[in-house]
Amino acid sequence: MADVTASDGALRRFLHGLPGVDAVGLEARAAALGTRSIKTTAKAYAIDLAISMIDLTTLEGADTPGKVRALCAKGVNPDPTDRGAPKVAAICVYPDMVGTAKAALGDSGIHVASVATAFPSGRAGMPVKLADTTEAVAAGADEIDMVIDRGAFLSGRYLSVFEEIQQVKAACRRADGSAAHLKVIFETGELSTYDNVRRASWLAMLAGADFIKTSTGKVAVNATPPVTLLMLEAVRDFRDAVGVRVGVKPAGGIRTTKDAIKYLVMVNETLGEEWLTGEWFRFGASSLLNDLLMQRQKLSTGRYSGPDYVTVD
Amino acid sequence: MTFAYAPAPESRSVVDIAPSYGLFIDGEFTEAAGAKVFKTVSPASEEVLSEVAHAAAEDVDRAVRAARKAFEKWSALPGAERAKYLFRIARIIQERSRELAVLETLDNGKPIRESRDSDLPLVAAHFFYYAGWADKLPYAGFGADPRPLGVAGQVIPWNFPLLMLAWKIAPALAAGNTVVLKPAETTPLSALFFADICRQAGLPKGVVNIITGDGSTGAELVTHPGVDKVAFTGSTEVGKAIARTVAGTDKKLTLELGGKAANIVFDDAPVDQAVEGIVNGIFFNQGHVCCAGSRLLVQESVADEILDALKRRMSTLRVGDPLDKNTDIGAINSPEQLARIRELADAGEAEGAERWAPSCELPSTGYWFAPTLFTGVTQAHRIAREEIFGPVLSVLTFRTPAEAVEKANNTPYGLSAGVWTEKGSRILWMADKLRAGIVWANTFNKFDPASPFGGYKESGFGREGGRHGLEAYLNVG
Repeated sequence: MADVTASDGALRRFLHGLPGVDAVGLEARAAALGTRSIKTTAKAYAIDLAISMIDLTTLEGADTPGKVRALCAKGVNPDPTDRGAPKVAAICVYPDMVGTAKAALGDSGIHVASVATAFPSGRAGMPVKLADTTEAVAAGADEIDMVIDRGAFLSGRYLSVFEEIQQVKAACRRADGSAAHLKVIFETGELSTYDNVRRASWLAMLAGADFIKTSTGKVAVNATPPVTLLMLEAVRDFRDAVGVRVGVKPAGGIRTTKDAIKYLVMVNETLGEEWLTGEWFRFGASSLLNDLLMQRQKLSTGRYSGPDYVTVD
Repeated sequence: MTFAYAPAPESRSVVDIAPSYGLFIDGEFTEAAGAKVFKTVSPASEEVLSEVAHAAAEDVDRAVRAARKAFEKWSALPGAERAKYLFRIARIIQERSRELAVLETLDNGKPIRESRDSDLPLVAAHFFYYAGWADKLPYAGFGADPRPLGVAGQVIPWNFPLLMLAWKIAPALAAGNTVVLKPAETTPLSALFFADICRQAGLPKGVVNIITGDGSTGAELVTHPGVDKVAFTGSTEVGKAIARTVAGTDKKLTLELGGKAANIVFDDAPVDQAVEGIVNGIFFNQGHVCCAGSRLLVQESVADEILDALKRRMSTLRVGDPLDKNTDIGAINSPEQLARIRELADAGEAEGAERWAPSCELPSTGYWFAPTLFTGVTQAHRIAREEIFGPVLSVLTFRTPAEAVEKANNTPYGLSAGVWTEKGSRILWMADKLRAGIVWANTFNKFDPASPFGGYKESGFGREGGRHGLEAYLNVG
């Protein structure tokens, strides 16, 4: 595949040569998968799986060390009434909070994910973006969630986006030769068309993304089932074509257990079992966790739970 | 541990099936003249659901007389008054939709997902749509004062029992006709429940009459001299027989018959959606669809890619208990139909086509056939020419758009076709050349009451749905 990224023209021809996406058909398929009825044992399995896939996120200007530590504690022991509840996959914070999160999580096995590259807009020069990344990695981030330059993508400068991802990927490398996992955020709400989402997916995967991620959670339209389904299909096709596995992370707007299960059904019926683990699929979410916990309590006790029986962090 | 979907059965308790049913004539359920009855079974379990009266010639006569008697007043009602009844029926159908969906799934074998999300919403939509026409007939383009025909004798198939009833009864009643309808022998129950809905809506007696029976009852109905209009949906063979009996009488006739639709996939198609469309085209309702996309015509340059994707997708289809909300493919409607599907599939193999089906466990009771595709099919194979009416897809290839058109049209049928391409101009060019009543572009099996439906050639004549659907029930020359 190296020659398709040899020049801006070659890359453009390749991306524009990908099969088109019929919006009506894609949305119908996502809606049909949303009608799967997941009950009893399957629901219990899905809830625990979903919890273990959460990147528990706080990305606010008002974030403080105290807030981040509280979130980390929640990530380790999500349900104070049931220590058997699985822990989340990662805590997702701004770069300056990585150290705090790392210390709070200790040897829990939960990763620290840091947004970087002038998140959420990505409107900064390359040296700033790389410094942002390097700082987060140095502070101990296990995963980097970068944003692409949507302006460059929408103006057709695909190679510039490609090279940017490659450079950030390089900046993820640590002194010991290991590297932070790179998630590439498209901000699909700004890319606007499904054809663009498929092109961005291939572009990022070709550039070495470990994960492709829908959104920052900071714009009007965040993760949607059709966009996520399309990205899952791109990952499947990339695996078939190149033999490399890539993860998928829908983020923003997934708040209920019902929604989370719909996403798991899409993963199950598009990529299959192999992707049904926190290693290959994540939810970028904050309020989702409490809804999952309430549903989990309902299943285990038979009684409806309420917001006062889960923690507010 | 794997993400196995636990059973999610829709409850049967919402539907109360009586142990036996009579004939619905002149607003009442009555015994048939002969004592003859027949059983209707659930094709998924072979369980007997109910015993239904078999209407003999004198019962048919009684029903036609009742409809004739009711016609005078019904046709004289202002359109707005007829509309009120149709709107009321539509609303009752919506209110009882879960009950009717479960009933339809029990009697027909189709997955509850389809009866709930496809059949029932369309049934209600048809009544709403034609209710809207009832007071606007002078503006439908058939003259200032188009008149109803009289008594309509309607015979419907088993694949979409309630939906086909809606397609027949809604326009007939809106135009001011009265009807005698015979549901299929294997799926009579939803029509009998509809009779109850007519009573619930306060529909005047005799406007709708439902008689149950087999082919002989249908023959009595269409040949009855008191019937002014015959509408039939079903096989081409029976359609031809009806056309012969009606010939030489002044009965008006519409026929909606078989099909062998081509679903044509070009190399620039949106691949994932095309695969969905192929699956939906042939496996929707177990392939018991007259407009099913049973011939996949795929451009040779992308044939391998599309076939790989199609097989992968077919492997995720869930075959089994139709009442389970996660079932994609239900039971074959009857042992006779299953035998026919098997016979044709075996012929496909014997003639040298390559058979493939995903590994799937079929239930041990009931009538089942795994979703199947044949590759290496040529125009000369029986499975490329005869309607299988089951979940069996024949795959053929083409090289150029002209060849695609030629192969697609090379069939005695002409009901529907599908075109998959991102190129708008090609869609228009193909739609112009294809000899099919319905051409879907980048979709398949999409239905809407506002859109006329009907065939070319041996797929029948007349249109159902839309403004065109009114014409079949109005005296417009």
